[in-house]
Amino acid sequence: MGAQHWEGRPVMTDFLDRHVRWIFPLPALVFVLVMMAFPLGYTVWVSLTGWSLSAGTPADFIGLKNYPALFQDERFRLAVVRTLYFTLLAMAVEVAAGVAIALLLDRDYPGKRVVNAIMLLPMMATPVAIAMVWLFMYEPSAGIINYVLRTLHGPTPLWIAGPISAIPALVLVDIWEWTPMIVLICLAGLSGLPAEVFEAAKVDGAGRWRTLWHVTLPMLMPTITIATLLRLIDALKTFDIIYAMTGGGPGYASETLNIYTYQQAFSYFSFGFASTALVVFFAIVLGMSLLMTGTRRIVEL
Amino acid sequence: MRCWRSMVVTAMLIAVGLAAGIGRPSAQAKGPYAGTTLRVLGANHPWTEAIRPLLKEFEGRTGIRVNLEAYGEDQLTQKLTTEFTAGSSDVDVFMQRPLQEARQYVQNGWYADLSAFVKDPAKTPADWNFDDFQGGAVGTERVKGQLTGIPIVVEHEVLYYRKDLLQQAGLPVPKTLEELKRAAEKLTDKPKGRFGFVARGQRSPAVTQFSSFLYGFGGDWFDPQTRKAALNTPEAIAALRYYGDVLRNFGPPGVLNMSWPQAVAVFAQGNAALYTDADSISTNILDPGKSTVADKTGVAPFPAGPKGAHMYSVTSWGLSIPAGSKHKDAAWEFVKWATSKEVTIRTQNGAVVPGARNSVWETPEGRAKFPADWIAAAKASAKGKSYDRPLVVQVGKARDIIGSAIVAAIEGQDVEAAAQNANQQFQALLDSEPK
Repeated sequence: MGAQHWEGRPVMTDFLDRHVRWIFPLPALVFVLVMMAFPLGYTVWVSLTGWSLSAGTPADFIGLKNYPALFQDERFRLAVVRTLYFTLLAMAVEVAAGVAIALLLDRDYPGKRVVNAIMLLPMMATPVAIAMVWLFMYEPSAGIINYVLRTLHGPTPLWIAGPISAIPALVLVDIWEWTPMIVLICLAGLSGLPAEVFEAAKVDGAGRWRTLWHVTLPMLMPTITIATLLRLIDALKTFDIIYAMTGGGPGYASETLNIYTYQQAFSYFSFGFASTALVVFFAIVLGMSLLMTGTRRIVEL
Repeated sequence: MRCWRSMVVTAMLIAVGLAAGIGRPSAQAKGPYAGTTLRVLGANHPWTEAIRPLLKEFEGRTGIRVNLEAYGEDQLTQKLTTEFTAGSSDVDVFMQRPLQEARQYVQNGWYADLSAFVKDPAKTPADWNFDDFQGGAVGTERVKGQLTGIPIVVEHEVLYYRKDLLQQAGLPVPKTLEELKRAAEKLTDKPKGRFGFVARGQRSPAVTQFSSFLYGFGGDWFDPQTRKAALNTPEAIAALRYYGDVLRNFGPPGVLNMSWPQAVAVFAQGNAALYTDADSISTNILDPGKSTVADKTGVAPFPAGPKGAHMYSVTSWGLSIPAGSKHKDAAWEFVKWATSKEVTIRTQNGAVVPGARNSVWETPEGRAKFPADWIAAAKASAKGKSYDRPLVVQVGKARDIIGSAIVAAIEGQDVEAAAQNANQQFQALLDSEPK
């Protein structure tokens, strides 16, 4: 009887049953294919064409010709250097300051929740609005920063208007905006550390510095690595504040890879060449992320 | 957004169709294109703001509906270019910068040639009077035999100067670049935060305002006959050196980050004595609501260089119809109306934007908002050069190449080396383009 019941099952249900391990992840798979794999594949394809609206060349296959041309472009090479300079400078300061602030704030004090809420504000503000405010503050003759410096008889740098100071000035904005994120991640990490270890350290007579160096920081390391990785990927891709504040200027002094690519695509309309730069940019971001995750595995061991 | 818009359009078309079906006569009485909806893309520009309140009259008279969208100028170019590239655009009329994008758009076949409309007496009555437009302004719009647009805003480079400061120093209004340099030097008082001269120093925006300096020194971007780049000629190097020197020595700090809004801000706050830029931005300086030096500022023709006064005199904005528009005749009705004498008088008066119709400058309403010295300066410039940037397809790239040399000059680097470098890159760009 039972066997008959099984034979009478609708074909559809049978099919679903047999392929369930394919059907359940199917929506996710389709999403990944349509939203991620297709744009990436299409960009790679365009990077192999000479498509340019301004030169009037169609999207015809030209092989890898764009790639040597890209690496020969001095502007591109300098943009790579500036991107790394911006990213490493921002990341180093943000992580160091972020961890330090988190260690300072990791205790109970009145108004703790208010402080945490305030720290969210720079991250929540619109980047272009942030850029506009800093633009006014950085103004060399009328801006508030140089006004204060002048009153104190300090030096009055050109900030984003100077070729050498432009990137550090932009990094400062990035630090202001993103250090709180590191602080919050580290605070969460610190609150998750087991109390017993600290008690044991105390019993063993370890001082505050020793506890910090040999207990707290090693245990916090996975959290710090994740925070660093997040910041790394984001800082590499920074576009909004640079575009809104300097547009890559003065001259090309703050032109990072993202700005360079944007110019190639939407100012010169060389879509093939811009896609080539994007593919290389993608490889750089991917490479650095892999490097970081590799480091993370070592740290966690 | 697009989907939403096309739904609205469809809904409206259905509604109009129904209305016509029921036999409401009014739609018919309004004109042949009643019920059409035009999508018009404009720039964030005073002209757009001046035309917007007048649209109701046009809609009431013709029964054509106008949806006007406005974007920042670079965003507008990007939007148009991507829409036209995708080939799915439903734009019917757009504001265009003939010197910036016309060559590229002609190359891609994106314009409806307006000369067919202008010449057809059935579409354009004689009293609309195309001959009324300034010759140079129309010339800018003509690219490879096509009339790409009808000019709506014209522009000349002029000198803005502080009457009070020149008077106190006993200096005449500079008529030559030599006098300009001397006055700038004398009027610079850096400890007090006063600078003799200000102009654009940002890479790409600086190029157009540098052009009059280049022409005054006898230089040009390239030789159109031989297509040989001319950025390394002695004339061009002298012009670069001059521009870099005056801005570095007598200009405000941070000039490398200045396009016109930043430069205007310096001048309007009373921190600079002399300023060269387009006459079309004068409201920002001469309107007491926007400027602290409105009543102390005079406008003069651009000073003569060693080879004479050769300021640019161009059409900065025109109205165009894309080749892909499905409502070209209705779109032409709109363009014709927006550039008619009556409407030009009102935009010129309302937005203080100089238009291209000669007859409007003869009317008191057309002149009312412009100071006498402004009009005199514009008139003296009318015969200037009809381009303020090289006439190439890849304008954006060319501007960056030239702009880098300007930036190098302002920074005080080796001007000759920068000019050679720029010339080499510019020659490669010229060689890559069809003649």
